[in-house]
Amino acid sequence: MKPLMRIVLLILLGSFKLWNYSMAQDSVRIIDNVTITSKIRYHETITPQTLKGNDLEKVNAHSVADALRYMSGVQLKDYGGIGGLKTVNLRSLGSQHVGIYYDGIELGNAQNGVIDLGQFSLDNIEEVSVYQGQRSAILQTASDFANAGSVYIKTTKHLGNRSTSQRGNKSTSQRDKKSTGHQENKPSKNHYLKTRIQTGASNLLRLSAFYETYINKNVLLSANAMFLSTNGKYRFNYRRRNHDGSIAYDTTATRQNGDVQSLRAEVNLYGELTEGHWQAKAYTFHSNRGIPGAIVNNVWRRGERQGDNNTFVQGSWQKDLTDRYTLRILGKYARYQTHYLNRDTTQLVVDNTYRQLEAYLSAVNVVEIRPWWSLSCSYDLRWNHLGANQPLFAYPTRWSNLASLASAMDLGKVQLQGSIVYSHHRDRTRTSSHCPTSSNWTPALFVSYRPFDCLQLTGFAKKSFRMPTFNDLYYTNFGSAFLRPESAIQYDLGMRLTGGAGSGRFSSPSRPARSSAPSRPTRSSGVSGKAKLGFNDNTGLAGSLEAHLYHNSVHDKIVAYPKGQQFRWTMLNLGRVHIDGIDVQAFGAWQALQELSFSARLQYTYQRARDVTDKTSSYYGDQIPYTPWHSGSVTLMADYGAWDFAYNFVYTGERYCQQENIAYNHLQPWYTSDLHLSWRHTFSRFAAKWTLEANNIFDQQYDVIINYPMPGRNFNLTMLCEF
Amino acid sequence: MRILKLLLCLLPLCVCSCREDEYVTYMTDEDTGAESQASGFAGLYILNEGNMGSNRCTLDYLDLSGVDSTIHYYRNIYAERNPSTVKELGDVGNDIGIYGTRLWIVVNCSNKVEVCEAATTRRIGQVNIANGRYLAFDGGFAYVSSYAGPVQVDENCPLGRVYKVDTLTLQKVDSVVVGYQPEEMAIVDGRLYVANSGGYRVPLYDNRLTVIDLATFRVVKEIEVDVNLHRLLADRHGQLWVSSRGNYFDVPPALYCLKDDQVVKRLEIPISSMTIVGDSLYYIGTTFSYADGGYKKDFGIVDVALQRCSVAVLFTAPEIQNITLPYGIIVNPRDRDFYLLDAKNYVSSGELLHFDADGHFLWRVSTGDIPSRGAFVLKN
Repeated sequence: MKPLMRIVLLILLGSFKLWNYSMAQDSVRIIDNVTITSKIRYHETITPQTLKGNDLEKVNAHSVADALRYMSGVQLKDYGGIGGLKTVNLRSLGSQHVGIYYDGIELGNAQNGVIDLGQFSLDNIEEVSVYQGQRSAILQTASDFANAGSVYIKTTKHLGNRSTSQRGNKSTSQRDKKSTGHQENKPSKNHYLKTRIQTGASNLLRLSAFYETYINKNVLLSANAMFLSTNGKYRFNYRRRNHDGSIAYDTTATRQNGDVQSLRAEVNLYGELTEGHWQAKAYTFHSNRGIPGAIVNNVWRRGERQGDNNTFVQGSWQKDLTDRYTLRILGKYARYQTHYLNRDTTQLVVDNTYRQLEAYLSAVNVVEIRPWWSLSCSYDLRWNHLGANQPLFAYPTRWSNLASLASAMDLGKVQLQGSIVYSHHRDRTRTSSHCPTSSNWTPALFVSYRPFDCLQLTGFAKKSFRMPTFNDLYYTNFGSAFLRPESAIQYDLGMRLTGGAGSGRFSSPSRPARSSAPSRPTRSSGVSGKAKLGFNDNTGLAGSLEAHLYHNSVHDKIVAYPKGQQFRWTMLNLGRVHIDGIDVQAFGAWQALQELSFSARLQYTYQRARDVTDKTSSYYGDQIPYTPWHSGSVTLMADYGAWDFAYNFVYTGERYCQQENIAYNHLQPWYTSDLHLSWRHTFSRFAAKWTLEANNIFDQQYDVIINYPMPGRNFNLTMLCEF
Repeated sequence: MRILKLLLCLLPLCVCSCREDEYVTYMTDEDTGAESQASGFAGLYILNEGNMGSNRCTLDYLDLSGVDSTIHYYRNIYAERNPSTVKELGDVGNDIGIYGTRLWIVVNCSNKVEVCEAATTRRIGQVNIANGRYLAFDGGFAYVSSYAGPVQVDENCPLGRVYKVDTLTLQKVDSVVVGYQPEEMAIVDGRLYVANSGGYRVPLYDNRLTVIDLATFRVVKEIEVDVNLHRLLADRHGQLWVSSRGNYFDVPPALYCLKDDQVVKRLEIPISSMTIVGDSLYYIGTTFSYADGGYKKDFGIVDVALQRCSVAVLFTAPEIQNITLPYGIIVNPRDRDFYLLDAKNYVSSGELLHFDADGHFLWRVSTGDIPSRGAFVLKN
């Protein structure tokens, strides 16, 4: 304990020193674009973990899922390769508790409640944020208040890059302008084109194009498309030693049936209104891929395939109708089609198509009662339907009504936000007259206290729940229509220290700053968007440290339970889990020379997630499957002129693949080291950037999920051009 | 730089342990504490299915040889005895049988039948049979039922097959197409009877027994019994006992007795595992109840000569009532002491419970995941 205490103390002292540095200087302070605004309606009481822009590029991520490995409190399940399923859960609450938001509107999957984050490539993503508990803003939909945790994915907007929360907030805008000047170049450029080509291991080819233009003074059009093709093949190795050290077996094989062909196209319109704005999006994604499957004795290749055709349109409109009242309206219509195919006649032949439809409408009202006190009332209506080409299928339809009431107060050093969500769900199926309904009240309270400028203490308590999915309820011979919702209770205490001029959020050196070239727009993942942290003048140092202590519990956890029959599982409200954890994030940066800067980012998660379902079971009190006690990541970055270098290290500690913590279920830790090197150069008309990525450089052979081998050492080369 | 240094200080916290080489899984020795008694058996193999995709089909061995003073249970012996088998025994063990000196294991999702020496569990070889289900032996041949057969026109569901395998050379010598998703087999008077379930064709279950003449290895007839047939045993009176799992909806599970290819008796009992010793058909059955998420557990004995249920006082021990999910019953064919297998929740260690011939509980040990079948090894 002693060395640990010393380290913690050292860090605390070090951070205070930094704070002293920053206080001593009369430097221009950089205001974070999102978090610091004068109007309380745009506040977030607790800031999220965010990766964006250039940082997001440096973590060598193929998809949003890969990027989330660098967030604390996140557990990623990765079935390997580009095509393998990738899902996340936050603080061991289960994937279905996480809301995934794409440009402000939740992505739904009523069928199994899980979003495959491997499908969201990063070429059009600017920012990925993780919110534990909920996003603690007030101007948000009822569903934002309802989830146990959320991942927000924000797509790139290059021209006229003003964040939503800045609008209607002249003071902040002007201060921003002073420090960056980046908005002045808006009229100077009316078109923006970015093309990207990536090639690498597994015959990977990824082509993407991104185009933006102003249709008129107030409407920005953005369109992007991506094509991905890979054969998904990579070599993997399974080796066992006898206890005398001799090799028992050593087998290298090639991962088969992991090929992916996918196409994504997206069109966005961003419009400005007086004291408001609107946005519309059309999104379509098509993919055809192999499901690589488990590697088991005598089976090294499988034949299952999956096709996806996902299309949605969504829009939002927001306006300050009076000085004190803001209205925001959101809507979405989505159609997801999934096709599973297994033509292998030695197995159960599968040729199933599932069609999901979703319609969503939400209205958010925020009233500013006092400048320091606002009130919000939101209502969400969601309709889901699932169809399939199977006999005896239930064709379930669900109506969800969510209403939220929330209030936020800014009492100077103390900020408070409280919310309560009422939700009502009603299902209807063709096969049964039984219509399961459920209604729940779920409260949440978020508190933030800033005794000093550099220190913020936060805390929240929240109850939330997740509905059983259509598969849980109505899967033929499997589902159980009598399930109750699974609930989660979270308590969190946090503290956040910031020092140096970069006292914004934890992971954001790409914020506009004085040292960035004023002629370039910032906050872009493109070539020119390389912005530097606003460093303290004398020392060139900046840093932040954030730590959270939490206790969660999951009640009525929905688990698959054997039925003792041919199709042997059913779903029951059986589980109960207690989770205690610590999340730590730290960031430090040093501007050594005008052209040379270093930065480092670290995150660490400790988690104890105990199964406390049944005292008589052999696994009572054991760590739940696939939850490591220790996990974390380190990113070290160095930028010199046109060169960027990054080293990424991801660590997942020992864990168990099944409920019992016995030797047969033990999985070894795994850790990978990735390198990233990029070089920019500018021609008269365009800028180009070359990136070389080397992943898993020590060629570690590991499984995240048992029997699903992960890729070994591999390389990718990317070329990006901006016009 | 100070911050960087501090960050590096945190690193050791993060890297709590390193990855090591993976070693061959060794067995665990569980001492039952029960005194060894001389019996005609060297031991009892227990096959654990393992959940699908987990590659955790394992083999346990109960040592009945009397070499040690107490009875030992060796859990997970296959990998240690065959360390060079890549990815161990495989995925989902479905059936186990001993013929002569050899141990046969049908590993369903590994598409193989593993053949070992019964005395040592050392691997002899394997027979590649896709989606294999159950075993029967006769006249130097093993018969293996398999779901994988030819696909008929206009139908996605293939018919099943029964393979004939030479037990010495481990070569497939012949195969015959049977009904949909064949399960257990039994041999009476030179004929192989195959129970067809049709489990892939929900709700259009198969309801036939396929009868194969072993001399020609061709189908000679089909007998309609009931939907979703599963277990099939022959008794010493030349009768066949076949279980129907019902359709989990409006057709209840039942047990049928056939004599001279005619159904002569129907008993409405759910069967999930059964075995015949002498004139007693021991069975267990589980019926899932949605109401409380529990099971209605049935245990009993059918007198095969009288074709009716015996008064069963054998299954009254409190340990039997506390079994989570009864999954298999194994009866010592000589002394009639019996073993019950508890599969628990399918994804954790199961349990083997031992009872004497009068139903008194003796001891219990932990097994691998989903213990399902057993095979006695004779003393040589």
